[in-house]
Amino acid sequence: MAVRIGVYICHCGTNIAGKVDIAKVVEFAKGLENVSLVKDYKFMCSDPGQALLQKDVEDGLIDRVVVASCSPLMHENTFRKATERGGLNPYLFTMANIREQCSWVHIDSGQTTDKAKDLIAAAVRRAFLLEPLTKREVPINPRTVVIGGGIAGIQAALDLAEAGKKVVLVEREPSIGGHMSKFDKTFPTLDCSACILTPRMVSVGQHANIELMTYSEVEEVSGFVGNFNIRVRKKARYVDSELCNGCGACWEKCPGTRVPRKGNVHEKLSLGPTTPIYMPFMQAVPAIPVIDTETCLYFKDDKHACGLCAKECERGAIDYEMKDEIVEFEVGNIIIATGFQTFDPSVIKRYGYGEIENVMTALEFEIMNCASGSTGGKILKADGGVPGSIGIIHCVGSRDKHYHDYCSRVCCMYSLKYSHLIKEKTDAEVYEFYIDMRCFGKGYEEFYDRLLTEDVRFVRGKVAEVTDVPTCKAEEGKLIVKVEDTLIGNVRRIPLDMVILSTGLEGHATLREIAKKCSVSVGQDGFLIEKHPKLGPVSTATDGVFIAGACQSPKDIPDTVAQASAASSAVLSMITREKIEIESATAEVDEDKCSGCKLCNTLCPYLAVKFDEEKGVSVVNQALCKGCGTCVAGCPSGAISAKHFEDRQIFAEIEGIFSGL
Amino acid sequence: MKLKAGIYWGAGCGGCDVAVLDVHEKILVVAEKMDLLFWPIALDFKYKDVEAMDDGYLDIAMFNGGIRNSENEEIAKLLRKKSKTMVALGSCAHIGGLISMANFHTKETIMSRVYLESESTDNPDSVLPLEKWNGGKEELELPRFHQMVKTLDQVVDVDYYIPGCPPVPDQIVSALSQVWEGTLPEKGSVIGAGTRTLCDECPRIKEEKTITSFKRTVEIIPDSEKCLLEQGLLCLGPVTREGCGARCINSNVPCRGCYGPLEGVHDQGAKMLSALASVLEPKEEKEIDELIGQIADPLRTFYRFSAAASILRRKKV
Repeated sequence: MAVRIGVYICHCGTNIAGKVDIAKVVEFAKGLENVSLVKDYKFMCSDPGQALLQKDVEDGLIDRVVVASCSPLMHENTFRKATERGGLNPYLFTMANIREQCSWVHIDSGQTTDKAKDLIAAAVRRAFLLEPLTKREVPINPRTVVIGGGIAGIQAALDLAEAGKKVVLVEREPSIGGHMSKFDKTFPTLDCSACILTPRMVSVGQHANIELMTYSEVEEVSGFVGNFNIRVRKKARYVDSELCNGCGACWEKCPGTRVPRKGNVHEKLSLGPTTPIYMPFMQAVPAIPVIDTETCLYFKDDKHACGLCAKECERGAIDYEMKDEIVEFEVGNIIIATGFQTFDPSVIKRYGYGEIENVMTALEFEIMNCASGSTGGKILKADGGVPGSIGIIHCVGSRDKHYHDYCSRVCCMYSLKYSHLIKEKTDAEVYEFYIDMRCFGKGYEEFYDRLLTEDVRFVRGKVAEVTDVPTCKAEEGKLIVKVEDTLIGNVRRIPLDMVILSTGLEGHATLREIAKKCSVSVGQDGFLIEKHPKLGPVSTATDGVFIAGACQSPKDIPDTVAQASAASSAVLSMITREKIEIESATAEVDEDKCSGCKLCNTLCPYLAVKFDEEKGVSVVNQALCKGCGTCVAGCPSGAISAKHFEDRQIFAEIEGIFSGL
Repeated sequence: MKLKAGIYWGAGCGGCDVAVLDVHEKILVVAEKMDLLFWPIALDFKYKDVEAMDDGYLDIAMFNGGIRNSENEEIAKLLRKKSKTMVALGSCAHIGGLISMANFHTKETIMSRVYLESESTDNPDSVLPLEKWNGGKEELELPRFHQMVKTLDQVVDVDYYIPGCPPVPDQIVSALSQVWEGTLPEKGSVIGAGTRTLCDECPRIKEEKTITSFKRTVEIIPDSEKCLLEQGLLCLGPVTREGCGARCINSNVPCRGCYGPLEGVHDQGAKMLSALASVLEPKEEKEIDELIGQIADPLRTFYRFSAAASILRRKKV
């Protein structure tokens, strides 16, 4: 029986119709071979639009469907489903993109009309050769791995665990908690960071559904949505976590030091013990120390003379022979929540960080402020004195074309928080050097208003330089901030005791590596790329891989927590389905043609191609194949073909494109 | 009843005709089964003898050589008319052959090179061949030189193809026996060759491939046990149909691709490029460029035999 193709042309409001002469295109499509009906509609993706094609299929008027509208990324699935509802195999539908590839990108409407015709002619030729494919489903493993144990990872893991699902939480550092555990107060409510975070950390540590792997890194991710295989390296802690009860006897007696013994207040800043055997901070989860082999006297000395911590430990938990351990497990979904690192300001030489005393980063100031830190929360100069004046420089590394173009979104607010805390704890005069104040969140503008009444000096201008070279008596022994005050139109030199650099946020140094392992892309800004900037902010281009928190873009705590919950609910929605449809358009080897040259064996990014020694041919594992086509292009004998993208279908499309010439 | 056959050479070297003779004593079997009524290289028949035949009089015509000029084209059409079965014999008729490398030049540059510029040419008056000449008693005419070389099936309908440059004699006999035994496959098939690539009959050890450098045959003496491609030699075996018995490979020389691509492959050279690109070791653009730069004359390496049948077909005029 002859093939009957239905062509549906979408106006997309004026998106397409504004540039393409729909009436002409309809006339043209009617004249194409094997086309039995042509319709146009304002919005094909709307319910009535879909019903249009669904009914024609139901009525048996057509057995192939072409929709000329937007990108397949947008609505391929919509129309496949409509085709299927009409009773036709969804793979007998194809799309012509006359919006992104036509009306949106050309100016001349005559040319866009011609191009729309060519694209439709190509789709019609392809449609003629389409073949039905069978749907394939795989079960979804209900366990999830969350990579990163900051507030994002903690939130996501708890949400899933509370819903009764098993979670493995993998954290690189010895304790979960991330950056939030280093903060004293959070903006704009000024509630105690530890007070709100620690209960959640404890819940993670105790939850029956959460398996916590700290001091561990994901080495390899293989498999596909619903069935990922994860390999994790558990780094040797040298402390047996089964035996240790976190009493602290080990670090109390430890004679070594991890933090420089000589040094000023700022150089010695730390949370938690400063010994080589240490917990990163006292509320650590798990409350089990690790040994830093770089500074531990036992490891540094060939004779291993020290061994004091082992002697002190009543439970015998210290094990110097401990080795890294490799663990493998299976999960159905992955949430990446690896967070951020702060910009290293030492590259901006003119701000003097690392060169001049009393210039410190925001994170260092954060630790100094923390009640459980080495200064007990006191704000001190490097020499231990109380500062009489402090300057806070905004946008260090952010909104700067030399470093990061983007706004880091949290620096204005934490800078205001610092001003408040300084005012609360000291009598120091405070300057905020800002470009624009960006106080966009709930209660943020109010917080800014409050600070305006707290006697803080706001100077609008980008700081040119921080120097310790005085030009007059008043500047002697001070740090001088040179800045153009754009509101008074003058360059000022302001002598201060201390300068805080409000460093921006950037993707973690290991983000690219983890992204590659999970087949997720990193954008130009150094953060992970989400599936859609508006409609898919927590999913990625790889099914079953979700993202949460500052690994996607700089975020404050409320946004991070919201995204983490969104990611966990996306995972829950996957798990609840129990099964997931996987790509039907896979690659297949024609064993009669394969000569066993092995050329394709190393190509598959999903490790789906294997060599069958017995038959002497290569084989594609249909469960693993994602239909990317790499092996198809590689196969020299044409023995591998891609279903739904066969050579003959592609050549027919090309011929269609040129048929108008 | 004996079959009536004709053999003709278009633009070629005569190697295919010699290959037919190279069947040695089996020529007697051929002579027993077939009457050769036209074979310009060996027998004294004229074009007018063929013209005098009824249409479809010949059971089989075997055409070797490509279509370079109007004479090749004229006889191809004549033989098609006079034969029940038309066979393209050898690489030139099948996919263009070595001579179709001329398609990377124009007619004008070829004429100029051959008649004016070549080192051995002595042509002080710059005389070029003319299609027509009136100098004598009657007008003389020469065949017209086309802009490009075509394969036989780009000019006439072809029933079967016997590939190779030249085809292996035994394969010619086995293909002919299919004719007299009436066991010919579907029209359009390649006969006298296999269905997989040369790698299938290549005896060498094949591993997973990663190419770190390209070598020319003059640069190394290859290991005779290992895959030549893995040693950096541009062996076209992976994109070439088996059937030759791996003649070149067994002489420790890489396959040049004369048996043409496999069924369903549109462009042998492009397929090789695509396959090679998949297994290059470097991943950075600069290093890839350096590696690719080691390939001497890529166009004539990948399209040595298949230019006319490729998607490229010829230089843009």
